[in-house]
Amino acid sequence: MSTTLSASTLLAVPMAPLIGAALAGILGTTFGGNVIGRRASHTLTILGVLIAFILSAMTLKSVALDGARFNETLYTWMVVGGLKMEIGFLVDGLTAMMMVVVTFVSLMVHLYTIGYMEEDAGYNRFFAYISLFTFSMLMLVMSNNLLQLFFGWEAVGLVSYLLIGFWFNKPTAIFANMKAFLVNRVGDFGFILGIGLIVAYAGTLNYTEVFAKGPELGKLGFPGTDWLLVTVICICLFIGAMGKSAQFPLHVWLPDSMEGPTPISALIHAATMVTAGIFMVARMSPLFELSDTALNFIMVIGAITALFMGFLGIIQNDIKRIVAYSTLSQLGYMTVALGASAYSVAVFHLMTHAFFKALLFLAAGSVIMGLHHNQDIRWMGAVRKYMPITWITSLLGTLALIGTPLFSGFYSKDSIIEAVHFSNLPASGFAYFAVLAGVFVTSFYSFRLYFLVFHGKERYDQNPDTHHDDHGHHDNHGHESKPHESPWVVTVPLVLLAIPSVVIGFMTIQPMLFGEFFNDAIFVNAAAHPAMATFAEEFHGALSMAAHSLYTLPLYLALAGAVSAWYMYLINPAVPAAIGRALRPLVVVLENKYYMDWFNENVLAKGARGLGIGLWKGGDRGVIEGGVVNASWKLVGLVSGVVRKAQTGYLYHYALMMIVGVLLFMTYFVWLAK
Amino acid sequence: MGLLSLAIWTPIAFGVVLLALGRDDQAPMVRWIALVGAVVGLAVTVPLYTGFKLGTPALQFVEKAPWIENFNIHYHLGVDGISLWLILLTAFINVVVIVASWESITTRVNQYMGAFLILSGLMIGVFSAQDAMLFYVFFEATLIPMYLIIGIWGGPNKIYAAFKFFLYTLLGSLLMLVALIYLYTVSGGSFALADWYQLPLSGTAQTLLFFAFFAAFAVKVPMWPVHTWLPDVHVEAPTGGSAVLAAIMLKLGAYGFLRFSLPILPDASHEWAWLMIALSLVAVIYVGLVAMVQQDMKKLVAYSSVAHMGFVTLGFFVFSDLGVSGGIVQMVAHGFVSAAMFLGIGVLYDRVHSREIADYGGVVNTMPKFAAFALLFTMANCGLPGTAGFVGEWMVILAAVKANFWIGLLAASALIFGAAYSLWMYKRVYLGAVGNDNVKNLVDLNAREFVVMAVLAVAVLFMGVYPKPFTDVMDASVADLLRHVAVSKLPR
Repeated sequence: MSTTLSASTLLAVPMAPLIGAALAGILGTTFGGNVIGRRASHTLTILGVLIAFILSAMTLKSVALDGARFNETLYTWMVVGGLKMEIGFLVDGLTAMMMVVVTFVSLMVHLYTIGYMEEDAGYNRFFAYISLFTFSMLMLVMSNNLLQLFFGWEAVGLVSYLLIGFWFNKPTAIFANMKAFLVNRVGDFGFILGIGLIVAYAGTLNYTEVFAKGPELGKLGFPGTDWLLVTVICICLFIGAMGKSAQFPLHVWLPDSMEGPTPISALIHAATMVTAGIFMVARMSPLFELSDTALNFIMVIGAITALFMGFLGIIQNDIKRIVAYSTLSQLGYMTVALGASAYSVAVFHLMTHAFFKALLFLAAGSVIMGLHHNQDIRWMGAVRKYMPITWITSLLGTLALIGTPLFSGFYSKDSIIEAVHFSNLPASGFAYFAVLAGVFVTSFYSFRLYFLVFHGKERYDQNPDTHHDDHGHHDNHGHESKPHESPWVVTVPLVLLAIPSVVIGFMTIQPMLFGEFFNDAIFVNAAAHPAMATFAEEFHGALSMAAHSLYTLPLYLALAGAVSAWYMYLINPAVPAAIGRALRPLVVVLENKYYMDWFNENVLAKGARGLGIGLWKGGDRGVIEGGVVNASWKLVGLVSGVVRKAQTGYLYHYALMMIVGVLLFMTYFVWLAK
Repeated sequence: MGLLSLAIWTPIAFGVVLLALGRDDQAPMVRWIALVGAVVGLAVTVPLYTGFKLGTPALQFVEKAPWIENFNIHYHLGVDGISLWLILLTAFINVVVIVASWESITTRVNQYMGAFLILSGLMIGVFSAQDAMLFYVFFEATLIPMYLIIGIWGGPNKIYAAFKFFLYTLLGSLLMLVALIYLYTVSGGSFALADWYQLPLSGTAQTLLFFAFFAAFAVKVPMWPVHTWLPDVHVEAPTGGSAVLAAIMLKLGAYGFLRFSLPILPDASHEWAWLMIALSLVAVIYVGLVAMVQQDMKKLVAYSSVAHMGFVTLGFFVFSDLGVSGGIVQMVAHGFVSAAMFLGIGVLYDRVHSREIADYGGVVNTMPKFAAFALLFTMANCGLPGTAGFVGEWMVILAAVKANFWIGLLAASALIFGAAYSLWMYKRVYLGAVGNDNVKNLVDLNAREFVVMAVLAVAVLFMGVYPKPFTDVMDASVADLLRHVAVSKLPR
């Protein structure tokens, strides 16, 4: 194990943003008496994230080029009965890549926030939160054990809660953040059980030690059933991933999370936090490889998410929600790849997606700013004339998303499709169909958004709902003015994100998927799951992959999606309305998001409350208090009531009783006791 | 005089002095004397920690003197890894509560402060007694100051609540007295716990004794279904009373299980573990659901206390290092968190004089500092990693999964319920637009309140980030206890 990485340098990576967060959060808010101002807050937090980014980039360089690795404990959290619980770092290819993605996107978002949140009273608090998020996410990806993973896991959930509810006077926001936290807790419920099983059977939380015990665990059965133990472990862990990475049916919180400010939608709800589940499964690949049942389950869940969440993107009108459903769908793609044992492909798509989806979100935010906080794409149009940088970068992001050859999304998405194609698991048939159909859907909703926003006629003055705005409490631009391009702090991050969105796939597909970059981080049992091995035989370099795509279906599906969107939304806008009328029942189902929110709110939430009221009024008040306790109370009263009658307070009553008593005693002793 | 005696009698002495001398026109001086008493009381417990030898289950700081020689009763004190943190916690919470009650109590201040000081000393006595009779005397004596605190400074229905509190707990402990006398007889005239730990007992005797102790301790914890006194008492109790009740008094019962039921009755403990686990799980799930629908903040936190204490008893009765230590850690953590939750409600009650959730909304707008603290404590209440609330729950869930996956599954549901009732309350009280004029006129924390909240916040975060000092102390004692529980005491 190479030691070119030092513990103190690595520790500085998460600590720098934490210090920034603490300074801005305590000194820059009412809490600490507003000691420092806006400029100081954003300078300190950006400096922290910048340090983290530079150190992460250096780490990636030593890991990728010099083969450096790091796996050490920093401090012991506690030791109980021989079980060590520790905080420590594991740095390998997977971690190093995640560190760079997280810190880079975070840095862009920090910069962007200066422009986006300019008018907001909670400016310093916002910077504190996003820096705190960066810290939490880094702790999550750098962990070398399951305890710290869970720490980071819940910590990012907390910050997500804080940020979705950032505008705490907005009823929808404080509903959405509670919903996000609770749905994630359902996932964490499974996650902690999975960790519990690992501790119970492997006796350790440390990744390396758990993986060393993997083969042993693989032979065990789950007590009382004929299931494999690892199947239960993996499904439990994956339930955690379903919460965090918003997989069906735990996806319901993600669209609502759009109530938060746009920068965090880009950072947390697209690029980084929601990919934590994908990361976790890739990290735990030595365990997942042991259970085909779990992999099939993962593939089915991913396929459902990839296709059916994409459909929902088609009928949304809120620009952020469309991108949110697109994120759900893309997370589904990553999950499918995990199920196909193509962990490296999942992580590869995670990376490319982080760049182009962060770009699309930030561009959407730029549009929202330019249009004075209108988010409804029906009242946009022709924005390209006024916001050229936002327009070009959006176009690049869209092309990357739909998988245009040579763009980053092409390499990662086509690789997923290929991997599923070569997978030998039973679920791969359905998954292959879902990811192929998903290509058309993705392209269609992406270009629908693109054409409605950037092309066509200007429809700004037709908005009936002028207060449909993101901020809720300030909107002082006046509605008559034309859109305007955003300031440089907003456009520079767009440009910087657009570059990797275009080129990163072409540059890194070879080392990441077929090279040695992930060799010791990701384990694939090639004999049992040959998908990646077969794919590797078919792969002859990035350029030839692009050329080959001309002969394959996905490219034409994407093209078909783009052309249909172009025809339906630019050329002949009557068509979508007609289709909507013809397929009315289907549209209603989609508009109600498959009735899942309805089910959750009316059946689960109301059911739990009803049960609580029933147990409280019926159980506690009725049976326990009303029945048992008061009955004993009354019994005591009854007995004492009878006894009290003897205690009249008249001396002659007592004297009489005494005489009777003495007589009875005498009778007993004299006659009966002989 | 030994350290433990000092820890017990210092606050009691200060309390007695206050009772004897203080008058309401001297309230400011009374408060300062009470604070000095509490701080000195805390200071004398510190050497218990710094001088505590790790790695041995033996009793430390032992004091032993004959007390009632006719019955072989001793003034026998000692501390081990199980009781050490509970003693420190008691002294710490006492200081916090006295500062927190500074302005909200204006009548009979000397009696109020005196009652808390005496109560604190008595509870430390419970945690350090090694003679069963001494334990019983302290255990019962704690009822008196708490009864007065509720009955005098409580809410409109205080008399009912005080009686309910007293009768419930007294009835339970009467059966314990019977058990103690029985054990005294069969052990040939000894009240020493150490003797009882070696005593062979038949299965029937163990079962009967187990339920006698259960009656005393389960009421105190409180375990379902004898928990219904707790919400009623909490609503009427003054803020400080609620804080001490939740933070320390509930632990007396749980501690009793560890000192009496498990080591003296190992066979009965194993035999009835299923029942204890079942009741604990009911506490976690049933009570969690009930907590969710409460309209009164104090009731909600009271029910959440019952749910959290369910983790304590669950941890004890899975009989593993992780479970028992987890239970003890959960006791300490709940001490910090529940005290903070009740004191937080007190902060609002002092200003608005309502505990109804519906009377609030948007408090964050007018009290941002307070809302930040409240968020931390709410998160600790739903067991967020990095806070004290996580540590015990995590340990107990892991231990439960190891014992039986399905028990673990039911226990882990607390992750969802805990978050549901905690966050829903936070949302309705703190978030949103300003709900009404009361909220609009709220004034944020003053310096004193800020210090109280900050001290608790530091404790909650420290324990969450670095729980090792807590578990290191327990390790040897818990291992010893488990060795003890593993050996059958049935006569051969």
